[in-house]
Amino acid sequence: MIKAEGIHKYYGDHRALHDFNLEIEQGSVFGLLGPNGAGKTSFIRILNQITAPDKGNIQFKGESLKAKHIRQIGYLPEERGLYPKMKVGEQLIYLARLKGLAKKEAEEKVKAWLERFDLMDRAKKNVEELSKGLAQKVQFIASVIHEPELIILDEPFTGFDPINTEQIKQEILRLGANGATIIFSTHRMESVEELCEKIVMINKGEKVLDGKLSDIKKMHQSGHFVVRTEKPISASEGFSILEEKQQFGWHQYKLDAQNMAKKELFDRLYPLNIIAFEEEEALLHDIFIKIAGA
Amino acid sequence: MKNLGLIIHREFSTRVRKRSFIILTLIGPILMAVLLFLPAYLATLPGDVKVISVLDESVLMDFEKGTDEIRLRYLPPNKFNLNQAKEFSDQEGDYAFLYIPLSESGDPDFLGRNVQLFREGDVSLSVEGFLEDKLEAYIQKEKLKAEGVDPEIIARTKTSVNIRIINTEDGLEAENTTLVKMGIGYVAAFAIYLFIFIYGSQIMRGVIEEKNNRIMELMVSSIKPFELMMGKILGIGLLALLQFVIWIGLGILLYALATSIFIDPSLQSGELMAGAQAANMDAMADTPVFEIWRTLQSIDFISIILSFIYYFIGGYLLYGALFAAVGSAVDKESDSQQLILPVTIPLILSLLVILRALDNPDGPLAFWFSIVPLSSPLVMMARLPFGVVWWELLLSMSLLALTFLGGVWLAAKIYRVGILMYGKKPTFTEMIRWIRYKN
Repeated sequence: MIKAEGIHKYYGDHRALHDFNLEIEQGSVFGLLGPNGAGKTSFIRILNQITAPDKGNIQFKGESLKAKHIRQIGYLPEERGLYPKMKVGEQLIYLARLKGLAKKEAEEKVKAWLERFDLMDRAKKNVEELSKGLAQKVQFIASVIHEPELIILDEPFTGFDPINTEQIKQEILRLGANGATIIFSTHRMESVEELCEKIVMINKGEKVLDGKLSDIKKMHQSGHFVVRTEKPISASEGFSILEEKQQFGWHQYKLDAQNMAKKELFDRLYPLNIIAFEEEEALLHDIFIKIAGA
Repeated sequence: MKNLGLIIHREFSTRVRKRSFIILTLIGPILMAVLLFLPAYLATLPGDVKVISVLDESVLMDFEKGTDEIRLRYLPPNKFNLNQAKEFSDQEGDYAFLYIPLSESGDPDFLGRNVQLFREGDVSLSVEGFLEDKLEAYIQKEKLKAEGVDPEIIARTKTSVNIRIINTEDGLEAENTTLVKMGIGYVAAFAIYLFIFIYGSQIMRGVIEEKNNRIMELMVSSIKPFELMMGKILGIGLLALLQFVIWIGLGILLYALATSIFIDPSLQSGELMAGAQAANMDAMADTPVFEIWRTLQSIDFISIILSFIYYFIGGYLLYGALFAAVGSAVDKESDSQQLILPVTIPLILSLLVILRALDNPDGPLAFWFSIVPLSSPLVMMARLPFGVVWWELLLSMSLLALTFLGGVWLAAKIYRVGILMYGKKPTFTEMIRWIRYKN
């Protein structure tokens, strides 16, 4: 779907992106992660053709990115905003028509989406009369109304309460199931763990991590295990005990066994009557800190 | 380009429905008429009559009566001395008391030096001026008599000359019509100035509002910043045009109403006759209405109106783009004041130059300012009624068109960076750096 090669973007002396490469498969839900100021928005703006890269090229479905592709992209910017003095329905029709929909088609789509979000009774209200959450929903509709093949969501969940977050999440998954490719950009790594199949991490304009979420997690296992046994464990060669507590007649440990294979550790502890044996999952957040800090 | 149409439509339709626009459009001409006519009307209202007692011991004033506002009351010198007269004037509550002493030597200049005016408090300038003028005239009369000249002869031989200036340019022998031309030039230039200012700042405010509403990023993900900028400029421009047309229409209506109510109908029909029947022209030739009518006929209205439309649109678009660029660079309207100076200074300067240009439309100042693009829309309009050589007009118009293209290009470069920049107000150096940014 998207292939970016050797993207460089500088604002004066400020480095926004440096030799940035990326590939996104059609129909995937893709995470673009990194702290604030890492270059995520710069890359998104290049995808949206708001700015052009200083160097490098981007392919959209095998073609080099052109103005005509704008209609196949939907964008929910981090900077949320609508015309406050325009009516909800009117505004959505206007934005849809700017994306190339005919007037009639735009009206039908707007109606369908407003019904889906239960906003039909607000269609004739000015945007400034809506609550923040409702305005965000309108904004979300604006970014997907033209049924784009690529949907770019920059920090999509900020400003939503848990119920609305869940609703938007379901909508995103539905759009993904219908074949849209979705790019999630966020600095809150944990929010995408349950949505994304593949991720890219950026730091200071450079890619620091790229791959399938499950592979990355596997690669960055902490080597920490949570183990429950009937008999006490004493530290021995190959692993050390980080935490220890005793409860209801069994013992719980947190072990650091980085230099030991999982199987070997299990075998070693087997005689102590294992009740539970679990490898601690690596959090994206921790992985990022580890990589960016290094 | 379809998008441009959509944007123009939105900018136009959201504004044209605003209550403030409708109200201003409807009451604008009325307000302007009031502003124009109120001072004139107030001046015609009768003021208080100021009574001044005069003790004229030399019988210099010849019992001059005064005017509508200043009435002179003479006290007989055989019944009043100075103190009694003063006291009497006080009791009567007169405005002032004038004392002209007796000139024992008969020297009129003695009077000029010794006349006194008494009043509690300040004397109004008009009263002082009136009395001085009158006294000077009477004293001069006395002097003429003393020299043995009959003042009657002086009065009879007094002559007034009005040179009739005939403009021989282009072989046309037209009557000189400077005042009317000045009026047309000034009104045309001022209209352009007003509309650039009003609607230019509306463009700027609109851009700042869009920035504040944080809608820019969404917009430029669908359309080019250039389209967004031009759509706003053109949409508001259409609004300006609409308002202008309505104002002219209402103005004509108000004028027709006012003339039919306030002006003697015979005068109006005379004006019509003058237009229709050449035979009656001789009879009308000396009336001021006919003078103006003849002047208007000698002016090439078609080229003035066409040029006005050109400079109106050209000036508006050029300045509109600059206003948009400034708006894009700031987050708050209050931050725009410093950055807008380079845009408004040429406008204000043009307005000052116009005052000179109307006086001397072919002078070097008027010439250069009517050629230089930022001032040409105003200054050329001021010059046009007086006639401008074709190549000057062509040069001025082409330069304006070129500058418009350059200005819009420059503004678009600043705009496209500015609309996505928040925070610190940029300096001019930073804005120049933006121009050099690649896309």
